[in-house]
Amino acid sequence: MTAVTAEQGHRAQTAPAAPVPPAASGKRRGRSVDDGVPRWQIYAPLGLYLLFTLIPFYWMLLFALRPAGSTSLVPWPVTGEHFAKVWNERAFGTFFQNSMIVGVASLLMTTVVALAGGYALARFDFRIKKGFMLALLASQFIPGALMLVPLFEIFKNLQMINSLGSVIIAETVFQLPLSIILISGFIKNVPVSLEEQAWVDGCGRLRAFGAVVLPLLRPGLIAVGSFAFVHSWNHFLFALMFLSSQDMQTIPVGLNTLIGADSVDLGALAAGGVIAAVPVVIVFAFIQKWLITGFSAGAVKG
Amino acid sequence: MANAVAKRTGATPRRLPYLLIAPAGLLMLGFIAYPMLSVLYYSLQNYNVTKPWRNGYAGFENFTRIFTDDPQFWDALAFSGKWVVTEVLLQLVLGVALALLVNQTFIGRGIARALVFSPWAVSGVLTTTIWMLLYNPSTGISRYLADAGIGTYGTSVLSDTGTVFWAAVLAELWRGVPFFAILILADLQSIPGDLYEAASVDGAGRARQFFHITLPHLKDAIVLSTLLRGVWEFNNVDLLYTLTGGGPAGQTTTLPLYVANTGINGHDFGYASALTTVAFVILLFCSILYLRLSKFGGDTK
Repeated sequence: MTAVTAEQGHRAQTAPAAPVPPAASGKRRGRSVDDGVPRWQIYAPLGLYLLFTLIPFYWMLLFALRPAGSTSLVPWPVTGEHFAKVWNERAFGTFFQNSMIVGVASLLMTTVVALAGGYALARFDFRIKKGFMLALLASQFIPGALMLVPLFEIFKNLQMINSLGSVIIAETVFQLPLSIILISGFIKNVPVSLEEQAWVDGCGRLRAFGAVVLPLLRPGLIAVGSFAFVHSWNHFLFALMFLSSQDMQTIPVGLNTLIGADSVDLGALAAGGVIAAVPVVIVFAFIQKWLITGFSAGAVKG
Repeated sequence: MANAVAKRTGATPRRLPYLLIAPAGLLMLGFIAYPMLSVLYYSLQNYNVTKPWRNGYAGFENFTRIFTDDPQFWDALAFSGKWVVTEVLLQLVLGVALALLVNQTFIGRGIARALVFSPWAVSGVLTTTIWMLLYNPSTGISRYLADAGIGTYGTSVLSDTGTVFWAAVLAELWRGVPFFAILILADLQSIPGDLYEAASVDGAGRARQFFHITLPHLKDAIVLSTLLRGVWEFNNVDLLYTLTGGGPAGQTTTLPLYVANTGINGHDFGYASALTTVAFVILLFCSILYLRLSKFGGDTK
């Protein structure tokens, strides 16, 4: 009857969520306490899907960590040669710094600009509100890839080609519409009466916003800010087109150079991939919980 | 005029909302609206850096050429349609299944969620990097499968016209499913638990609960996320650009990829602008049709 003990062990851990009288345990052996789904029906498909998710990551780590020419399926002995090569010889150190500047700058710009716009949409009625909303929605249908040439001409006229500023602006602009819609959704969820209370207490609109609304927006701001960071960290085409000299390029462009090389150095490519993945994995691990609460806070419904 | 909040408090200048949207509005005017207008303008021009003697007003010549004299456009459009429908359908089905799965209570749920959602944050270029390592004919997965007696050595799924589509689909699924799973999971959590309790008291099985409670509740989220994802899959060129480059033999060239090739490599900017305009109109038309057909938000609000 090992099944029973395993089941009891499981119950002991989930008990705080849904206490079940011990009398019921005999009848419901092998089934979940809360939802009546047999355990294997959860773990079997989940295990399969985890393999699909994790094997590609493992494959990249394997190539990045095992010595060149090895065909072992375990990265042992571990070598740092590929990382050293990519970071120094292939200038991924510089790319990393550039990507970081672009990511953080577009995060800040997107969040601040979207906060202002989102507040206006959530709290005011004004004449061009409908038109503004429509413009935000319509801009979702404009492919950034198809705007490359006219954007290139604009940045050329502004003398911003080959400076990170062009990429930061382009990333921010294409991230803005969705961010504004999301943030205005979050602000709508904060009752106006809370703000009005603060006004009555003598706060100005700005102070009331900072003291009352802003703290409640934390999950939303984390969601929007991390989107902006991850998006611009990952994005490829703008950097590819607007940044011509090697010391200005970003990580995705560097990876693309490795991919397109005549004889691809798989170890270096894998190490470059790991370097590209680390910051987004950290951000993701940090925001993963907020992401779901953030969305369920009414973001999807606007 | 209709400033409800300001009237009530009397503390808000009428200009405030305009000031607040000004930064966003100006950025979008300068870097979305203006480029869009210039695309419209150039679509009516002959504008090719390599053939400057032909530059000038072209009328609808570019558009006529697209619809009557450009088989590559139709191929790219057909591939775009096939790509978007395949990806969105598979991502939706797997995403809903995954969301239902990790919405259950089980040991290790937190870590399982983090792990299955993790490819969400992976870029197109990084996806290409990873799957090129997997698909590599000499050191990829196929080599180890061949070692084990499955398949043959030197299988190159990316250069074989018979397998390249599904190879690219699989790579894109890998990072696309988590998007749906996250959105659907967020929406699942807003379903009141007592609905299910009431249903199971009434003797409804899990399948019936899914079709009568879960699915109707998820409808708006599904319509919206499939639409956003469809547009995104249509427009996004990172993965295909780096993984297949549109090849082999133009087999995986989507419309935006074709436009980018025409405008950037071919320097035929007038024609690329006309293609952009057509792509935009098609996208808008399909989206409106989709929202109409799905009666989005119709019966709930």
